[in-house]
Amino acid sequence: MNFDFSDDQKLLKEQVRKFLADKCPTKVVRRVLDGNETHADDVWKGLVDLGVPATGIPEEFGGLGLSPLEVCVVAEEIGRAAAPVPFDTSVVLATEVLKLAGSDAQKKKWLPELAAGKAIGTLAIAEGPQPPKPRTIKTTFGNGRLNGRKVPVTDGEAATFAIALANTGGAGERAVSLVIVDLKQAAVAKKRIETIDPARKHAELTFKDASAELLGAEGEGWRLLERLYDAAAVYFAFAQVGGAEAAMWMARDYALQRQAFGRAIGSYQAIKHKLADCYVKLELARSNAYYGAMMLTEGGADLPLAAAAARIAATDAYDFAAKENIQTHGGIGFTWEADTQFHYRRSRLMALSLGGPMAWKDKLVTRLEQKNAA
Amino acid sequence: MDFNDTPEEAAFRKEVRIWLDANATRKSDDSKAFRARNDDPGLLAKAKEWQDKKAKAGYARITWPKEFGGRGGSPILQVIYQQEEANYLVPLGFFDIGLGMCIPTMMAYASPEHLKRYVKPALHGQEVWCQLFSEPAAGSDVAGIRTKAERDGDGWVINGQKVWTSGAHYCDYGIVITRTDPNVPKHAGLTMFFLDMKSPGVEVRPIKQMSGGANFNEVFFTDVRVPDSQRLGKVGEGWKAALTTLMNERLAVGLPSGGLDIDELMELARDTELEDGPAIRNQQVRSKIAEWYVQQQGLKLTRYRTLTALSKGQTPGPESSIIKIVAAPKMQDMGAFAMELMGHAGVMKEDVPHAAGFQAQWIGGAGFRIAGGTDEILRNIVAERVLGLPADVRVDKDIPFNKLTRS
Repeated sequence: MNFDFSDDQKLLKEQVRKFLADKCPTKVVRRVLDGNETHADDVWKGLVDLGVPATGIPEEFGGLGLSPLEVCVVAEEIGRAAAPVPFDTSVVLATEVLKLAGSDAQKKKWLPELAAGKAIGTLAIAEGPQPPKPRTIKTTFGNGRLNGRKVPVTDGEAATFAIALANTGGAGERAVSLVIVDLKQAAVAKKRIETIDPARKHAELTFKDASAELLGAEGEGWRLLERLYDAAAVYFAFAQVGGAEAAMWMARDYALQRQAFGRAIGSYQAIKHKLADCYVKLELARSNAYYGAMMLTEGGADLPLAAAAARIAATDAYDFAAKENIQTHGGIGFTWEADTQFHYRRSRLMALSLGGPMAWKDKLVTRLEQKNAA
Repeated sequence: MDFNDTPEEAAFRKEVRIWLDANATRKSDDSKAFRARNDDPGLLAKAKEWQDKKAKAGYARITWPKEFGGRGGSPILQVIYQQEEANYLVPLGFFDIGLGMCIPTMMAYASPEHLKRYVKPALHGQEVWCQLFSEPAAGSDVAGIRTKAERDGDGWVINGQKVWTSGAHYCDYGIVITRTDPNVPKHAGLTMFFLDMKSPGVEVRPIKQMSGGANFNEVFFTDVRVPDSQRLGKVGEGWKAALTTLMNERLAVGLPSGGLDIDELMELARDTELEDGPAIRNQQVRSKIAEWYVQQQGLKLTRYRTLTALSKGQTPGPESSIIKIVAAPKMQDMGAFAMELMGHAGVMKEDVPHAAGFQAQWIGGAGFRIAGGTDEILRNIVAERVLGLPADVRVDKDIPFNKLTRS
């Protein structure tokens, strides 16, 4: 039985953790939240120097060629720090979708740039209200041209390229395809939009005859996206576990220090049991995330089921820890000056950006039915 | 990452399988085994026979030192043995408290002569042990016990009442915690003994549980004489001895096995027609199934993390402290939900597939949330030991026991 990370992986985790504790304390999160910068570029550059974006990219494309397990431990630390950097977008989504669906030429073009931190990639799927579905995507792609509007796009301003979901004219699920589009061209308009998590900037992207090319086969967009989301769900789960753990300890530290009715509030069972529940949810999430990481690394048949379970458990753990952290803090926790808001905002962003828990629970049962039928 | 055995573990697993194949019958149907276990009145005799066989082959307590009949093996080997044994139709459960809690306490405090006399018969299933701690007025607050032991010549006289004593009706010996000094605060006035359950003045009355079963008992002590040589630890240091016993309890209580789980719930949801089609297509039903699946997997995988630490010879982290907190309410809630799917027929004990199994979980869950540490006490333990939050304020800490307000 070896259901744990290796000593080397733990060392990498510790290294990233120390770097972020030093260079990305909560005041950096606040700086981005309050300010205009698209992301904390100083922190991002430091992560690039550490090799973070290169971690999961094969050596032949300029990466470090490490396994998903290494990306997972890094993700946990990014989540713990609530780091305002394009990790989820560029290191997870854009990198993974290129590895999954990119042609050799596309990989050769984009992966070395991602690895070196010269490019930032993101995913552009949603088109305003309503969760995206193949039949509702209005953005079109044909003759090498992309037209339409994508909103919200995480890191839409900072990103140098995006992978967008566009209608290519097929029927049903096959109506949509993935396309890769350079965002530095004049045919792309970027507009910042306000969201619940200003520490992660979002944009609306408008494409008018923007030059783009297919990523993966035509009509395969929805299926590729599902597969991408399974891998992403595992990495996101680690980031959510890191965030949940940070929120839990923030609440615990405050509960030890804050006195009410003559004693520390952490000595009351109402607080103790709430924080114990944070721990219970955290460990359920961690165990499910580990299995997701194992399936991702092995390319195991259980990946779709493991990813859904990891996603559901981690979303639950992070949501719960983030909201009960505010509750434990009381009034001060609801002020703009308190650090509690960072995890509250991030937990909701992460819960929604790959599809919410309700959708994943439905997916999980579908996959369980398929497994039982097999 | 992998779930594989190390070469040493694989070799041991193979050895165990060969032995089990030669000595026991492999299970073909879990639920049948589950029923057989509960209905057979001759089960104790069979369990004793099986325990003796195991002990002779060296599998009864793998982690115990060789001098006590163990193998001096690592905890992971003990786990592997139990994993394999669970696949066979063998009677289990009678010796967990004795070998998991009582005898380890004896090993910590009893004289070499007593160990020589008692350990072997316990290991071989010839003598069964019970633990006499809880009282009507001392459940979670077990240091509040009132059963008293008073000096009388070279021995002690015990008077009082214990409750929730598993297996007392068939046990030969027990360890008992008593109050020897009511003039000091509650933890300081306790002393532990072991005693013969057939001693004059010991009366055992079974408690009929809400589930209909009667595995627990009330035990009454009326002028029961115990020689001083059967004292475990110093006079007034019974709490320390009790902690030695309780440290092992949550390992001994473990998870209930053979019950229904997600597979059966899904089967039920497929077969149940709601107004708008099969229940399995209903989003509320799917949400519930998904949540319990995530818990079921989470518990299994958390156990794998603990086993990984054991396999590597490390001390496991505190993650296993979540297991009963999750498993007990899940059992109760899932049972209740499954019954709801059946509609009014969910109350029937007959003719409804899986009804009895889910009803048993709904009823049993209510008890499982209390036994071996209530949901609330377990949350206190996580909060205090894992998160480092302060212990509860104890208003009785410095007050002599006989000056306390009593319920």
